[in-house]
Amino acid sequence: MPVASVFDRLEPLLPLVVTPVQYVGGELNSQVKDWDVAGEATVRWALLYPDAYEVGLPNQGLMILYEVINERSDALAERSYAVRPDLEHLMREHGLPQFTVDGHRPVGAFDLLGVSFATELGYTNLLTALDLAGIPLEARDRTEDHPIVVAGGHAAFNPEPVADFLDAVVLGDGEQAVLDITDLVSAWKAEGSPGGRTELLVRLARTGDVYVPRFYDVDYLPDGRIKRVTPNRLGVPWRVRKRTLENLDAWPYPRRPLVPLAECVHERMSVEIFRGCTRGCRFCQAGMVSRPVRERSRQVVARMVEQGLAATGYEEVGLLSLSSADHSGIEKLTHELADRYRGTNVGLSLPSTRVDAFGVDLAAELSRNGRRSGLTFAPEGGSERIRRVINKQVTEEDLLRTVATAYTGGWRQLKLYFMCGLPTETDEDVLRIADLAKRVVATGREASGQRDIRATVSIGAFVPKPHTPFQWAAQAGHEVVDARLALLREAIRSDRRYARAITVRYGDGRPSLVEGLLSRGDRRVSRVIRAVWEDGGRFDGWREHFSFDRWAACAEAALADEPVDLDWYTTRERDVVEVLPWDHLDSGLDREWLWEDWQNALAEVPVTDCRWTPCSDCGVCEGLGTSIELAGC
Amino acid sequence: MLTMARVPEGPPPAPVVQRVRLRYAKRGRLRFTSHRDIQRALERAVRRAGVPVALSAGFTPRPRISYANAVPTGAASEAEYVELALSRCCEASWVAGALDSALPPGLDVLDAVVSRSGALADRLEASLWRIELPGVGHAEATAAVGVLLGTERVEVERRTKSGMRSFDARSAIVRLEVVGPAVPGPDPVAGGVAEGEDPPCAILALVVRHATPAVRPDDVLAALRVVADLAPPSPPRMTRLAQGPLTDAGGAVADPLTIDRDVVDT
Repeated sequence: MPVASVFDRLEPLLPLVVTPVQYVGGELNSQVKDWDVAGEATVRWALLYPDAYEVGLPNQGLMILYEVINERSDALAERSYAVRPDLEHLMREHGLPQFTVDGHRPVGAFDLLGVSFATELGYTNLLTALDLAGIPLEARDRTEDHPIVVAGGHAAFNPEPVADFLDAVVLGDGEQAVLDITDLVSAWKAEGSPGGRTELLVRLARTGDVYVPRFYDVDYLPDGRIKRVTPNRLGVPWRVRKRTLENLDAWPYPRRPLVPLAECVHERMSVEIFRGCTRGCRFCQAGMVSRPVRERSRQVVARMVEQGLAATGYEEVGLLSLSSADHSGIEKLTHELADRYRGTNVGLSLPSTRVDAFGVDLAAELSRNGRRSGLTFAPEGGSERIRRVINKQVTEEDLLRTVATAYTGGWRQLKLYFMCGLPTETDEDVLRIADLAKRVVATGREASGQRDIRATVSIGAFVPKPHTPFQWAAQAGHEVVDARLALLREAIRSDRRYARAITVRYGDGRPSLVEGLLSRGDRRVSRVIRAVWEDGGRFDGWREHFSFDRWAACAEAALADEPVDLDWYTTRERDVVEVLPWDHLDSGLDREWLWEDWQNALAEVPVTDCRWTPCSDCGVCEGLGTSIELAGC
Repeated sequence: MLTMARVPEGPPPAPVVQRVRLRYAKRGRLRFTSHRDIQRALERAVRRAGVPVALSAGFTPRPRISYANAVPTGAASEAEYVELALSRCCEASWVAGALDSALPPGLDVLDAVVSRSGALADRLEASLWRIELPGVGHAEATAAVGVLLGTERVEVERRTKSGMRSFDARSAIVRLEVVGPAVPGPDPVAGGVAEGEDPPCAILALVVRHATPAVRPDDVLAALRVVADLAPPSPPRMTRLAQGPLTDAGGAVADPLTIDRDVVDT
């Protein structure tokens, strides 16, 4: 039976909320399929991005899944985003359920609810969405009437803190994975849904590609560490593999990117030019879990740019990846694209963290058109010593040479990214950021012959992440981070030659401690998340909503009966024998290689990039049967 | 060595050879778009449709589109106007058709003329609005309108970019009357209308003269609240039906594109 739209009931509430356009749908290239498009056996996905629409809509992952599912004749997908507290309040008052923005159908009516976690700070928003949808928060309380809640995205590489709220989790690339799950659900429905929800979850778990948390028991040692994680059902694997898409050229999505009416965080089209990264920056979870490198060919990238522009009317295209200047055919690609769009109003940009003159040349090539995007470099660490620890292989001379090229080339403002709170870091390492920033400005003044040179120093607090060499590291306490950043700020402010040329941006260190708790937490942390949500916690990624005091108080209360606390999860260093909460989730990286890389970090020994130099045996290619795929120049 | 001039390379943007004036509607759920949302949607539609809109000079060239009197977020309109500066001459009807198919449903191009004379903005002297007040009876509305029209000045407040601002909402009103109890839609908030009942929904017709600061229909509703305590129980629905020159003292609003059309005909 078709499920009715709730839009008629939503509409009278919209004049009462901020930015109502985010709830009305109707984006260019969106679609609403018939609820029974393939009869009874139709597989229906609601895709939830647990953050505000303006952040969620441009998300490439969700856009790709939406398109690949909707291309099937036997399935449909609709999107849903976190509603803001003003609308949440009205929806509760008027009994309106969590809805999709496409058909405005209740999320609870779908077969599957796919949730994309780009960051851990969306966990409380998941609970709001489930609750508004009328779906029991705890997976074990759900029945045949409720959707299967499946999570994915980078934060899902350690889903343990939200394991109690999820029915299933997929690690890694989602394109093929959602199609496989759709096949499996379709077959199960065609058979008349034998064995109900449990049977479906067993079938998913037995594929070895889908993690079903309830089929694993976690035991703890008296001191609070995990004793073991064991499957509690026959046929459920000890470890669950991540998915790796091969041959990106065969998956040129999104073909028809969604174009919102509402203003969003990115007002441009994106084309992913490769996936994965082998630079080996030890802090970077994205780089580690997305190995190996798989490049798109120049021809397919060019076609995606052309067709995407025609389908959207955007005038800016971002060539995305984790380090876009590293594409093996990047020079030719940028040259061809710059030629193709010469004389048009199309702007091209190339986000890259590469700190060398090559990056500046590429940026100059892309701005031939007149449009000049900002230049950002990410040395990540202030001293050469700390850069060896994190394996960010750039020398001060490299950086200054690059800066001189950029300022000579006409740029007047650069942005520099750093982290604070890195393993082994001292006050001295952070103060070197001030020296570096001053030398950057001095170099710029000399190279350009002008004084109006500006540099923005942007600093983030480091959070150790699962599946990285730093997964064992102690996170720096927020007092330490805040004190070091105060020293840095003072070192810049007190130097009158440079104080006005350098802007320092950094946030409060305390949200990072909560991010640390959620990143490396285990199943006991779910109590903290639930307590925070029940106390009103929403939109924790937003400064105006986040409350550290609430998280600290809820952590203390919820973990009162356990031998663990907030510090135990964050500022404690782990040793090699400790069972980590995500050890049964296989990102492809060899645990011994990660440990060795952690020891190399402490010894300040770098590891090279296997895209250009011999393999360092991280385990991914061998373990997953995949390999690096270079497009070539 | 890499060098980059501080002006863009290449020839200056093509000159403007023609201006096309469009009337478009903002309907249904699209009424929740803001003016900025519409600007972005229109600029993208121009590019998708291949309409040769001229670009401004500089490092960040913008399409040369002039907007007049945007309708507030949440209000619908049958009479919004823009003027496109073109770098190549086009049939006005082609521009209208191409843009209409490139715009999302709900942003609908209704009319287009080639500009012949004068500034469009100067012709938009007044607006005709239809205001539906679900939950407000005909008699109640008529009484409140009577009180407001009998008052010489009514100060209302509105939040603007520069904070709360107080101004007179009465003097800009050219015409205000209750035109119908009408057939109300079901009230979704109350969960639908019971059979056989006739819940009230007064409908106002309002003509306001464009002034500074602009008096919007919600300002007129605020004025009704101030003078007669009229407080609609659910959000009013507002639609701009026309914009253009004020023709006579009775407050009729004429088509602002007629002059351009007449010049063509002669």
